Amino acid sequence: MISQPEASNCMIHVEHLHKHFKLHNQGGTRLQVLEDISLQVNKGNCLVLDGPSGKGKSTLLRCLYGNYLAQGGQVKVNLSRQDGITEWLDLAKASPREILYARRHHIGYVSQFLRVIPRVPVIDIVSEPLRSLGVEREEARQRAATLLERLNLPERLWQLSPSTFSGGEQQRINIAHCFIVGYPILLLDEPTASLDTKNRAVVMELIEEAMEQGTAIVGIFHDSEVRNQVATDYFRFGNNTHDRT
Amino acid sequence: MSLSAIQPLMQVEALEKWYGQQLGCRNVNFELYPGEVLGIVGESGSGKSTLLNCLSAQMEPSAGSIRFDVREQGLRDLFSLSEAQRRVLMRSEWGFVHQNPRNGLRMRVSAGANVGERLMGLGARNYADIRQQSLTWLEKVEIDAARVDDLPIHFSGGMQQRVQIARNLVSQPRLVFMDEPTGGLDVSVQARLLDLLRSLVTDLGLSVIIVTHDLAVTRLLAHRLMVMRGGEVIEQGLTDQVLDDPQHPYTQLLVSSVLQP
Amino acid sequence: MNENTLTSEEGYNFAYLDEQTKRMIRRSLLKAVAIPGYQVPFSSREMPLPYGWGTGGIQVTASIIGRDDLLKVIDQGADDTTNAVSIRKFFARTAGVETTEETTSATLIQTRHRIPEKPLNENQILVYQVPIPEPLRWIEPRETESRKMHALREYGVMHVKLYEDITHYGEIATSYDYPVQVNGHYIMAPSPIPKFDNPKMHMNPALQLFGAGREQRIYAIPPFTEVISLDFEDYPFRIQQWKDSCALCGSKDSFLDEVVINDKGERLFICSDTHFCQERQKQGYRGDVPIPEGFGIKPGEKQ
Repeated sequence: MISQPEASNCMIHVEHLHKHFKLHNQGGTRLQVLEDISLQVNKGNCLVLDGPSGKGKSTLLRCLYGNYLAQGGQVKVNLSRQDGITEWLDLAKASPREILYARRHHIGYVSQFLRVIPRVPVIDIVSEPLRSLGVEREEARQRAATLLERLNLPERLWQLSPSTFSGGEQQRINIAHCFIVGYPILLLDEPTASLDTKNRAVVMELIEEAMEQGTAIVGIFHDSEVRNQVATDYFRFGNNTHDRT
Repeated sequence: MSLSAIQPLMQVEALEKWYGQQLGCRNVNFELYPGEVLGIVGESGSGKSTLLNCLSAQMEPSAGSIRFDVREQGLRDLFSLSEAQRRVLMRSEWGFVHQNPRNGLRMRVSAGANVGERLMGLGARNYADIRQQSLTWLEKVEIDAARVDDLPIHFSGGMQQRVQIARNLVSQPRLVFMDEPTGGLDVSVQARLLDLLRSLVTDLGLSVIIVTHDLAVTRLLAHRLMVMRGGEVIEQGLTDQVLDDPQHPYTQLLVSSVLQP
Repeated sequence: MNENTLTSEEGYNFAYLDEQTKRMIRRSLLKAVAIPGYQVPFSSREMPLPYGWGTGGIQVTASIIGRDDLLKVIDQGADDTTNAVSIRKFFARTAGVETTEETTSATLIQTRHRIPEKPLNENQILVYQVPIPEPLRWIEPRETESRKMHALREYGVMHVKLYEDITHYGEIATSYDYPVQVNGHYIMAPSPIPKFDNPKMHMNPALQLFGAGREQRIYAIPPFTEVISLDFEDYPFRIQQWKDSCALCGSKDSFLDEVVINDKGERLFICSDTHFCQERQKQGYRGDVPIPEGFGIKPGEKQ
């Protein structure tokens, strides 16, 4: 068990994370989903969350994004500044403002579902993370276009709202939205689930390129081929062990 | 953290409002920063409208403080300012979008005049300039330029709401209060309006405090959420966290009650 | 002889109003003069004529008129309309003062809807009859709100009115009761005088008092006060102009009334200020327009 985060190289440091759900309106049922989880992810590494479904893999990812509230423990992410100085933010205790800041600058998240905003076209959904960092609309759209091309999403779809798109198309939009900024931390929840071989390969490329850039990744991959390709570490649910490959 | 250098735009501490023995709201605490959208959600009687009225200085609280970062003055307690100063604030640094556009517009004066009024109130004296700015803002809220001289009584509800928004934004406020801005509008019209609000918030770096009973609106617009019931703040935090992982029984009930089409 | 025995009517105080009422009105007048353009409430009395006929102006005149005053009363510029005559007779009866039609020699001039053409001097007082004293009333019906707007100078709406005019008519269409800003603060309704007369209010040596009887407000412009008509930079304030000159006296720079003179619909332009016109005719000025048959007055005759 690692108790002191290593300086600089460590991007995510989770210690004794506890998470349960209390369903007040269903007889007060309590679901203990995560118990005493500790793990670390360093720069350039990809930690794969492994285990049968329902064990809390997605829950853990959401805790790493601040989307779910941890009841105990620490969820520290490294917000290194330009000058390389390490700054840790404990998402379990952070204020909303701090979490929003971390999400805008440091952490990307691909969920299994695309929440569609009515009327916003694909090109704007994908360029939005750049726009919120102050990038000009035209440049942001250019970069979005490049990424969408790479993901084989035809240009005729870019001006449409994705509400009627197929699962695979929506997922690629999700992925583009996440990869466009170049976040130092990425959280991927089944990013290739609905994709065909060709697009799965593109996503694997994107993940590998990111790792080469020093991105720290935590991912859930249903597909063993992808998993074997990208994983550098495994975290096995069930016995809560953290193995290197 | 580089964040700490930024001053909050509004700071609310232990805010309380009573109507005689009847509780309006209490124990309200939050800080709002530039560019943030705070949603206040609750059912009827939750105290959200009372809270909005206190925050926008239309009603004096019974206890607690509301501090706003006044241009060139720093954080000032709203009720230590004179009424005159508060009214100036309301016309220049703040906006207020009413649920019913009739309460926020002059219905018998043209759309262009409605939008230009704040400019004229701040001393603008060139007709051509004022008209041009009105046209620019009407365009931003997607109203056809040809309608600049028409009276709002001839507009649809959605259009009236958009004129109201333009009228508020023309003075480039830093904080806009919104009271159920999409209430009473058709669903497709609502969607369009929300989309517009979203892009304006991003493009202009606006801070918004929006009161609504509609969770879908908060999911779309708000970064942060405050859930109210019976005058109390039940839960508050990041919007997606409060809606995806609600802690309080009431919040869980509210979230689970929302119909998914 | 004291004032009370000077009246022609028994049982009436000098100038009709009792002394306490006059004091109350004078207090309001003092406040009004101290705050140029600000509407001072006063307790309007029942007068022997209905609202809308000049009760405000009459009460102001009654409060300040003295034995030695020389009173002139005009209505739309004319000394001889029914209203002007009635009011003049009223004061002759209740105050026993001398009256005149001559602008220059009058010490007190009560007027409805015009300012005399002849410039006034610092020994004169001009009393205006006002129907609606509140310039914001068209947009803000609540008194509580309009008072705050005045106090805080929230006058954006006044320019909204002018903006609307330009939008719909291509120019500022307001031609009478044109709003002005007094002494750099209060915006005031000058009563339904034509905008032609607005410049006369500015830096006038005379004291200008305004009385609204039904609305119970008094306001004032002290002598030599700045009075600016509202406008836009690119649509500046302009007064009315006529192609014609007065058919009787030939004046080119007085306010002209268009008068239909016979059943054939023929019309003439004639000075609205009757005394001004007569003075010019006495001096030999004539118009250059032929006066058709059937028009009752010939040049040189009293109108």
